[in-house]
Parts: sequence; C-alpha cells; structure tokens
Amino acid sequence: MPEQQTTVQNEAIDLDAEFRESNVQEVLDQLDRELVGLAPVKTRIREIAALLLVDRLRRRLELSSETPTLHMCFTGNPGTGKTTVAMRMADILHRLGYVRQGHLVAVTRDDLVGQYIGHTAPKTKEVLKKAMGGVLFIDEAYYLYRPENERDYGQEAIEILLQVMENQRDDLVVILAGYKSKMERFFQSNPGMRSRIAHHIDFPDYTEDELLAIARLMLAQMNYRFSPEAEEVFREYVRRRMRMPHFANARSVRNALDRARLRQANRLFAARGRALTREDLMTIRPEDILASRVFTEGAPDGGAEEEMAAPAG
Amino acid sequence: MMTNYGNRITQGQFSFLPDLTDEQITAQIKYALQQGWAVNVEFTDDPHPRNTYWEMWGLPMFDLKDPAGILYEINECRKAYPNHYIRVTAYDSTRGWETPRMSFIVNRPKEEPGFGLVRTETNDRHIVYTVRPYATEKPENERYG
Repeated sequence: MPEQQTTVQNEAIDLDAEFRESNVQEVLDQLDRELVGLAPVKTRIREIAALLLVDRLRRRLELSSETPTLHMCFTGNPGTGKTTVAMRMADILHRLGYVRQGHLVAVTRDDLVGQYIGHTAPKTKEVLKKAMGGVLFIDEAYYLYRPENERDYGQEAIEILLQVMENQRDDLVVILAGYKSKMERFFQSNPGMRSRIAHHIDFPDYTEDELLAIARLMLAQMNYRFSPEAEEVFREYVRRRMRMPHFANARSVRNALDRARLRQANRLFAARGRALTREDLMTIRPEDILASRVFTEGAPDGGAEEEMAAPAG
Repeated sequence: MMTNYGNRITQGQFSFLPDLTDEQITAQIKYALQQGWAVNVEFTDDPHPRNTYWEMWGLPMFDLKDPAGILYEINECRKAYPNHYIRVTAYDSTRGWETPRMSFIVNRPKEEPGFGLVRTETNDRHIVYTVRPYATEKPENERYG
C-alpha cells in the first residue's frame, strides 16, 4: 500500500491534459463566439471551470475536500442573456463531471407552488426529481416569495428547495435568475437562500456596439444580412431605442429584427413582377428599418405588446 | 421451501442474489431511464406470489433523467415502511409492450417466516395444494415485527 501511495504522490500532475480531455475549451470558445460582451460572466464561468478541474485532479490524488457548492444566482436586466448562459452552464458542468446528465429544467413559480394546502410539496419535489443530475433554472425566483400574503404557499416551496440545495448538492445545481433589485429584496427576506448560493453573477447591460454585434450574429443565424447603409441606420435605431422605456437589450434587438424581416418581405412582395435574386432575399435594406415607429414617432414599436413582453425574464 | 435459504421470497429480478446495494439499484434504474421507461416504487406486506398489485408509493415518475430522484423516493419509502417489501418497477409504454419491463425488490422485512403448504382433501381423495404465507395470519401492517 505505501508503495502505491508514493507513486500517486510523485505522479506528475498534468493539468493541461486534463483540460484538453474535458473539452471545456470547446464550450468556452463557443461561449466567446456566440455571446457578445458579458465579460464578468465569462470570467466567472472560467473561474468555475478552473475550480472544478483542479478539484477533479485533487480528488484523483486523494486530497479530499467537500464538493464545492455551485448554486448560482443570475441577476440582470431583461434580455441580457441569463437563460442562454444557464443553458451553457448545464453543458459546462456536465463536461466537468459535476452534474451527471447535464440537462436543464427551466421552471417558474407556477411549476413549484401549488394551489391548495398539501399541493406544493409534491409539486416542488417532482420538479426537483426531474432536475436531478442536471441544472434547475428558476426564472424570476423572487415571485416564489410573496410577503403581502402570509398564507402564500411559496414559502413552503422555498423551504423544500433549501433542504435539497443543502443535502443533495451532488445531485443538482440550482440557478436562480431575476432582476437585480427584486432579487435583492428576495434575499433580504430569505437569508437562508442567500447563504446557500455561492455565486452571484451580475449580467451587465449591453453597449451600443455590442447590441449591433448581437444583431449581426442573429441575422447571420437566420441567413440574412444588413446592407452597408442599413447597418448605419440600425446603429441609429439602437441608439434611439436604448433611451426609450421598456428597453430589453438583446430581446429588443431580436424583436426589431423580426419586424424588419416583416417589412422586407412586404417590400419584396410589393415589388413583385421584378425577378428576385438570392441577394434580394437575404438583404435587409435601410427602408426596412426606417419605417419603424422609433424613427417616425419616437416611440417603441409594438407599444403595449412590448411592455407585456418586457418583464418576462 | 427449505431449498430457499432464509425463506427469502423470490419475486422479480435478482431475487436469488444477495440484496442489491444502493449503488447497484442506481445502476439498474439508470438502465431503465435510458430505455425511456417510467419507474415506480411500490410496497406491500403480503408476500403471496399471486399478490401482483402492490401499494404505490406516490405516482410513477415520468420524465426523470437521473436515478437520484428515484433513489430518494425509495429511501423515503424505506423510512416509512422499514419492514415491508418494497420493489421498483419500470413500465414500458411502447405500443405492443405496455407492461412492466423490470421489477425487483429493494427492501425486505428483517425476518421472513416463509410459506406453509396447505393440503385440502376434496372428493375422491383428491388433494388440492395451496401456499399460505405465515405472515398473513396477522392483520395488515402488523405482519413483520
């Protein structure tokens, strides 16, 4: 036995090989490629990846320590990429062997809290069981706690959640997400929750350039592109839209692009009789964007519709 | 019944083997989940082989990806019924199967008294045989210590 131990201790620790073997670099690269900006988020993900990798090596050398707690809280304004990153997180944690299956179960208050006495516990437990071996993503987690109603069943769901977060750390990772100020209030009334979450990650708002880069990426994914003039017009659109109420970062950009596609289709349809090229079908021209109410009336497109959409995550 | 050491009942899979460890149970459940079967926990204190329908511990668990959730329920059931038989079944809902594809015992009473053979004489000196679990002489929930 002692012989074996010395060999283990003298074995060179090849962190690099371990890193390559885990394919984490691939995920991190993908993260860099597909998510614009979000520097603090990416830094934190890299730190977590490093921690897990080192932890894995330590375990191999029998330097046992408690499994690190990886429950996280994502705060940020609407459309800053919280759900997208959570999705990636499940994949990263799976590759590092921290979660066994690597699936993401996304839920909101409705999925956890029941409607009558005795309904909440089985409901919450069922969701937790489904999420085991993966990541449980609770969107708008602050709605779980409703201080104005003392008979609200949300508290019960929180208690079960806390218990599982503490006792079955190996089985699942919980990610809470929501707007910063509301999450802050939620944690104040649930200090137990705050202390069980090791990683609080704040998603910053995007800058104008970043939003433009996002728009380009989104268009490329849909096989569209801006004409050079259209790109300048879209930059102006973003600049104006950012100052208006209910601006939802990347989500507003996506909505604007969807409306531009609509107008492009309409324009092509109106000009029928002329032969269309592949180029025509792919290009978004300035007039497709300039027709937006942001330019004509100085108000966001869609009006009430967008207002409704804005608080949803 | 003395061919069966300790009067252990032998129903379902693995019942001639020593009791499965939690690790082995997890591996079996993992297989069931990979096949897309719904796993279910059931319990009873009537060991008669013809007692097919056991009590269900909660609902069958659909859409689970990982055995941890089921092992949790097994342990909850063990806590509530430490001296009952508990089994895990995996139901295949594929058209044409629609039946449990796996069934194995994960918990048994500490002492299993076994079965008695009852001979009933009928007409013409014919004999009808039946087996009777000694445990069922007592009412439900009082059968095993």
